[in-house]
Amino acid sequence: MVGHKTIRVLIAKPGLDGHDRGAKVVARALRDAGMEVIYTGLRQTPEQIVETAVQEDVDVIGLSILSGAHNFIFPKVAELLKERGADDILVIGGGVIPDEDIASLKATCVSEIFTPGTPTSEIIEYINQHVKK
Amino acid sequence: MEDKKSIENLEEKMQQWENEKLKKFLEKAPERKETFYTGSNIEVKRLYTELDVEELDYLRDLGFPGEYPYTRGVHPTMYRGKYWTMRQYAGFGTAEESNERYKYLLSQGQTGLSVAFDLPTQIGYDSDHPLAQGEVGKVGVAIDSLKDMEILFDGIPLDKVSTSMTINAPAAILLAMYIAVAEKQGVTPDKLSGTIQNDILKEYVARGTYIFPPAPSMRLITDIFEYCSKNMPKWNTISISGYHIREAGATAVQELAFTLANGIAYVEAAIKAGLDVDEFAPRLSFFFNAHNDLFEEVAKFRAARRLWARIMKEKFGAKNPKSLMLRFHTQTAGSTLTAQQPDNNIIRVTIQALAAVLGGTQSLHTNSRDEALALPTEDSVRIALRTQQIIAHESGVTETVDPLAGSYYVEYLTNTIEQKAYEYIDKIEKLGGAAKAIEKGYIQQEIQESAYKYQKDVEAKNRIVVGVNMYQIKEEPPKGLLRVNPEVEKRQISKLSELKSSRDNDKVKQTLEELKHKAGTDENLVPYILQCVKAYCTLGEICQVLREVFGEYKPQISL
Repeated sequence: MVGHKTIRVLIAKPGLDGHDRGAKVVARALRDAGMEVIYTGLRQTPEQIVETAVQEDVDVIGLSILSGAHNFIFPKVAELLKERGADDILVIGGGVIPDEDIASLKATCVSEIFTPGTPTSEIIEYINQHVKK
Repeated sequence: MEDKKSIENLEEKMQQWENEKLKKFLEKAPERKETFYTGSNIEVKRLYTELDVEELDYLRDLGFPGEYPYTRGVHPTMYRGKYWTMRQYAGFGTAEESNERYKYLLSQGQTGLSVAFDLPTQIGYDSDHPLAQGEVGKVGVAIDSLKDMEILFDGIPLDKVSTSMTINAPAAILLAMYIAVAEKQGVTPDKLSGTIQNDILKEYVARGTYIFPPAPSMRLITDIFEYCSKNMPKWNTISISGYHIREAGATAVQELAFTLANGIAYVEAAIKAGLDVDEFAPRLSFFFNAHNDLFEEVAKFRAARRLWARIMKEKFGAKNPKSLMLRFHTQTAGSTLTAQQPDNNIIRVTIQALAAVLGGTQSLHTNSRDEALALPTEDSVRIALRTQQIIAHESGVTETVDPLAGSYYVEYLTNTIEQKAYEYIDKIEKLGGAAKAIEKGYIQQEIQESAYKYQKDVEAKNRIVVGVNMYQIKEEPPKGLLRVNPEVEKRQISKLSELKSSRDNDKVKQTLEELKHKAGTDENLVPYILQCVKAYCTLGEICQVLREVFGEYKPQISL
């Protein structure tokens, strides 16, 4: 379970994808679950996302992508976090991501990926259990 | 219906039925729920009768098909004359691959093309731009220049097919490329039929592929209206889209209201630019979503026609009947498709497509079962197209015009949706119109509230989604999904550098400079964009020039 500090989450939309219904719904649900949530808005580069995460001192980054660019963008975010010594941040992802990509992404750069139909309660539970405190 | 005595008699009889029959029945067999709602949260009564549509005046509110207020349809004979255009949105990878898919679809009986562009194209970046990395050819075809467009339509006679292009911020550029390709085929612009989406307002609220701020974006749109009204009489200059607003989470009422509010903003902008309403309004078209709640969706389409006709006549004084007609494309609802048990999506799409046809759509895209997982495979696309063909040829719903008219429930819903949408439109007008309401974040907030409510309803099981929160099974990961070849990006980049070394670069420079100069004046930009395109300037180069003059849109983030 979590410590006394409120969990801070950055919900980010990397790449050119404009579908942010999921990102916003997750952001609202996490906020209602007592977390502090920052939403980046659209068209964020991996550099911008990592910069915001470091500046805002977040515990979790949630990346949402539905355009198919995940195999490029997720590893890039992980690489930049490592460079900044911020790889203790829990990175999770969501969107239209094929199963075969999930396995390799989880092995290299994200802790978990949530695909369409996932209840927000499952994401909240996952964060509560895995955030590094 | 107007007979007061018979209404009183009906009221009395109904009271009697409730007190005697119904009450006893409910004691023995209670209903499943306390209250029932449509998919968009309109309360649904147990029974509808003449009492619920007492105010309905047939000639005033329904009329005849092809006549004001067009509630029953825009054509006198609807599908007895010809079916809707079956138009599957498609495109991925390179122009060569997409060209192959189009030819396949046409060979399978599809009657119109619908081009999906990749995100860099939609946002005005060439394939070699740093922001395009990882996105080239992913959600649509990559188009960098006229060269790609020539390949995309190779062997497809542009005077015979109609083409819809989902392109918004750079719509003028892709339209110019289409005109230039047609010219090479010996087809003049006046022979071209099709649609560009060209609806920037909904990009700001729901779809996200904006480039420029609202004012220069609206100028590009009205430039297109004017150019087409003179040169392309068969071209739909805009497709005012509720589809993406609904996908972002809006209800049916909000979809209708926000779409028509945007429509009003375009009409006002064009009038302000000096155009006559009856010159451009006949070429305005619309694009709606079809969800699962069959009757509500049918009612929405009928209400849309009636409300738009009334707005155009009463607010804008349009006289040409074509200015009053709301013609629309429909796509089934991607957001209702589930990654779980994906074959179930075929059934959802069937219900949604049926709603569109019963609602009198002019064209239709049926989604493929695997769209919650990846881009559709050829097999899935074929089933989706066959769904339309089965409705057309086997269901019988096409044999008479507006078959659900006169249903107490459907007429009640049509009235209710029209009224609720009107209330929203009125509120938006009071905020200063759609552009202002977007600037204030009002429309975005309303959509987000609905999206979040929907999610909470699903998680609380107030709403059942088969396979997602009920009737789940253990499933193997799906096999055989379509994957875009990662080589596409490299190939596209090398094609681009070849182009840049083989074209007349002086001509490129000169046409771009001229465009830049004209962008700062109030001259119509379409002819200058056409010049650039013909000189093989790239999409990214043209957009860059316009970015320098117009600036870029900076969204405000609301949560």
